[in-house]
Amino acid sequence: MHLVIIGNGITGVTCALTVRRLQPAARITLVSAESAHHFSRPALMYVYLGHLRYQDIKPYEDWFWQENRLELVQAAATGLDAARQTVQLSTGAVLAYDKLLLATGSVGRRGTWPGHDLAGVQTFVTLPDLEQMTRDTHGIRQAVVVGGGLIGVELAEMLAAKGVAVTMLVRDDRYWGSVLPPEEAALIQRQLDDHHITVRYRTELQALLPDAHGRVRAVQTTAGEELPAQWVGLAVGVVPNLALARAGGLETDQGILVDELLQTSQPHVYAAGDCAQQRAPGPGEVAVEQLWYTGRHQGETVGHTLAGQPRPYRRGLWFNSAKFFDLEYQTYGRVPARPDAREHSFCWQHPNGRHLLRLNFRRDSLAVTGLNVLGLRHRHDTWHQWLQAGTPAPQVLANLGAANFDPEFFRQHEADIVRQFNAQFPEHAVPRPRRRGLFRV
Amino acid sequence: MSVLASVPLTAEPPVPEVAPTEKLLLAVVGLGLLLLLPVAFDADAERARWCFFGALGLLSAGTLGWSWWKYGRGPAGVHHHNLWLRASTARGAVAWLTGIVLTGFYVILYWFSADNGQGNFGPLNQLVHALDPASQLLRHRPSDQWFLYGTFYTLAILVMGARALWKYRHSPYQRLRTVSVMFFQLGFAFLLPGLLLAFQRPEFYFSYFWPLKYDYLFPGTVSYLLRDGGPALGVFLVFWTAVISFVGVPVLTYFFGKRWYCSWVCGCGGLAETAGDPYRHLSDKSRAAWRWEVRLIYPILGFIVLLTALLWLGAAGMLPGWFTTPQQSGLPLVGGLSPVDGLSKVYGFAIGAMFSGVIGVGFYPLMGTRVWCRFGCPMAAYLGLLQKHFSRFRITTNGAQCISCGNCSNVCEMGIDVQQYAQRGEPIIRASCVGCGMCSTACPRGVLNLENGPREGRYQGSQLISADSLRMLS
Ligand SMILES: Cc1cc2nc3c(=O)[nH]c(=O)nc-3n(C[C@H](O)[C@H](O)[C@H](O)COP(=O)(O)OP(=O)(O)OC[C@H]3O[C@@H](n4cnc5c(N)ncnc54)[C@H](O)[C@@H]3O)c2cc1C
Ligand code: SF4
Ligand code: SF4
Repeated sequence: MHLVIIGNGITGVTCALTVRRLQPAARITLVSAESAHHFSRPALMYVYLGHLRYQDIKPYEDWFWQENRLELVQAAATGLDAARQTVQLSTGAVLAYDKLLLATGSVGRRGTWPGHDLAGVQTFVTLPDLEQMTRDTHGIRQAVVVGGGLIGVELAEMLAAKGVAVTMLVRDDRYWGSVLPPEEAALIQRQLDDHHITVRYRTELQALLPDAHGRVRAVQTTAGEELPAQWVGLAVGVVPNLALARAGGLETDQGILVDELLQTSQPHVYAAGDCAQQRAPGPGEVAVEQLWYTGRHQGETVGHTLAGQPRPYRRGLWFNSAKFFDLEYQTYGRVPARPDAREHSFCWQHPNGRHLLRLNFRRDSLAVTGLNVLGLRHRHDTWHQWLQAGTPAPQVLANLGAANFDPEFFRQHEADIVRQFNAQFPEHAVPRPRRRGLFRV
Repeated sequence: MSVLASVPLTAEPPVPEVAPTEKLLLAVVGLGLLLLLPVAFDADAERARWCFFGALGLLSAGTLGWSWWKYGRGPAGVHHHNLWLRASTARGAVAWLTGIVLTGFYVILYWFSADNGQGNFGPLNQLVHALDPASQLLRHRPSDQWFLYGTFYTLAILVMGARALWKYRHSPYQRLRTVSVMFFQLGFAFLLPGLLLAFQRPEFYFSYFWPLKYDYLFPGTVSYLLRDGGPALGVFLVFWTAVISFVGVPVLTYFFGKRWYCSWVCGCGGLAETAGDPYRHLSDKSRAAWRWEVRLIYPILGFIVLLTALLWLGAAGMLPGWFTTPQQSGLPLVGGLSPVDGLSKVYGFAIGAMFSGVIGVGFYPLMGTRVWCRFGCPMAAYLGLLQKHFSRFRITTNGAQCISCGNCSNVCEMGIDVQQYAQRGEPIIRASCVGCGMCSTACPRGVLNLENGPREGRYQGSQLISADSLRMLS
């Protein structure tokens, strides 16, 4: 079997590794335009910050590919003929496949604002984006970042570390308002304040203003304010990269439409990761999910199918993590930004404003439904079990130490958390929680 | 998206300008270094002494001030900004210069600054004598080149330890660990040995053990300790060495991994963790380096075990006479020595001085801080075997949270590609891990945790990610 994979991101690579494991004899070709080798997209920021070099964000050393007989082709796939089962490459070559996986990822949303194509205005998604940012941010003093999501805050951190004064434009009335409840957003606001980031909430971009050389000079906000900026980052989301799918006549909507086996509208052609859209997502799930973890999971799932062990994609329990400047964030299960009438939401905060734990649980069965932690580390496997089993909140709190994943000697807050829980829910009061010791995992 | 980037990045990210305050503080450090030169060459002993203490004062004050300015004022957190962009920490010209100066110092110290019999210590003479009053105070005897070295070494750990405390102040693990290495260096490896000398006892380092301090279990050292230590102390010292080496090490390593020693107590580790912190990311993470590590460190352990055994057998008269009879081999270094003594001399030269000192510390700015600990130290090899096979220690990976960013591997001074395990959801159980905890501290997703747990299921990975079974080290 010849498996051709377009895209060497986490999705394509995980699929390739899965198929290699299940079918040692398969021929596997990875085609990608952006880079010769797989790299970690979430780590791009660390290269700009100077924490790492480009070679450090490659998850595998270069010998890995050859030793595992994964053929790498650096080229853009420009055409797809599903009837003949071939892909055309920008090099002029034509690749025949038995199975094809599109793992083409996303492209940054640029918007249609006046001046969005000025020099010094860009998105931040790809290696060329990083390259452009490294060139265009030398010697600048002020920058504006449009968008209050994860990439927006990364851009702010990157620029601030270089001594650039950053202003963020955020449409909501708080940071990441579509995802985070107000208390969480307030803690992140503290980080933004500590790092001297100015944020304009309920404010959007109106226009980008050029200087005499066609470079951005300032932005105009919907509040009528003009903010000087020699560089502007557009972090208003990413959209699936559909160019190849469209060229091949695949059915697309927002993304490439796939069934639960991650198969597209054409036989032998599959799609997964950022670029795919589920035709029938499960209840409460979204059809397009642009996450590293989702790409990895879908890549592995489709790898089984491609290796002849069909496996339907099941979203599974939600989890995610991020870091906002110095504040780590982990979440397990679902914690909606706005309260759900069927759930209690218990929120503990340390007075120093650097630690928070939010636990959501059903009013009727008391089963836990989700956890947010900021400035605390929690154990994924333990939460997976608790959420899967619908463990009642009091039982979870009594054993909270078992989920504590903070390093040794860190202050343990479980007793304080339980005290506050008992005060708030005396009818579900919990005995003293178990502590973690030096001799116990 | 049609851009074909075969050289993915051709531009360097901007580096912020060094602020005037920072320049000033660095200038103070530089001035301190410069002031050491007149000490070395000034004929006037009194003036040299004042210069010397002036230099140490400026060096310490400048470094402390700079550390506070850089890490102590702003928000606490992992800030490795511009590490790979500055010449000083990215093998640039400044790093090479630092490496050459450090290496040069070690070469002079080991081979050109011995007492000529009239109290002259060669190129280091003035520096050594500048410390005479301090040495008299602590040890009731004049200073020598090793006292000078010990003073520099301890000062480096203390001053750069303060920097580490500021830099990693958000992590109680790092704070405690840093205080611990500062304490053991100052107390166990500097003050206590000095005091023993003051009381006419053998100089003894309580924080170094065989096989790192290889001669502590050589018959010669043992009989000297018993003789000069007096009945009570001498027996205690020998007992201490043997018990820690053969009982303390396995027991503590069983419970905590080798970290209890390598990154909490040991002076070599102490220097790496403090003075070496700016260079920790320079260690080579490649598979090729791992292969070298295995090829070097276990044979060195074998060498020192064999040598110690031979010495004891020789002392007990159980070896054929040839082994213990001086031979006129005409070889450099070992000419006129018996084969066993020759081996001992070779080990001392090649491993004890060359590897642990010149390469181990001299090459900090180029090869990272733990070159000795990783490739050469027999103690690390011994602890490592225990850690791998008879220990409850492991670094747990948190479910499926890893984003393969590489920050953990980057900060691993032992050159472990931590990420390979983390992205597979596997615990990290490696002989070389010194448990510095820096991978855990630096991980932006909270994926890694140093833990001591039951040995059953120690290798069990997370169920939430399926490890690709592809090989790393063949
Ligand atoms: C700055 C940033 C930070 C992020 N941080 C996080 C995070 O912390 N956590 C998280 O969960 N997610 C994060 N994400 C999202 C995550 O990176 C993506 O979800 C993930 O990379 C998607 O993987 P993928 O393999 O589906 O696509 P991609 O990684 O986008 O890879 C697709 C590849 O296909 C190539 N390609 C596309 N079309 C063609 C063609 N026609 N021919 C040849 N090659 C083609 C592209 O060049 C690209 O290299 C972040 C994203 C960005 C941009
Ligand atoms: S693996 Fe982690 S704890 Fe071990 S030596 Fe490396 S950085 Fe330190
Ligand atoms: S363990 Fe943490 S630091 Fe290491 S690669 Fe994964 S996310 Fe990055």
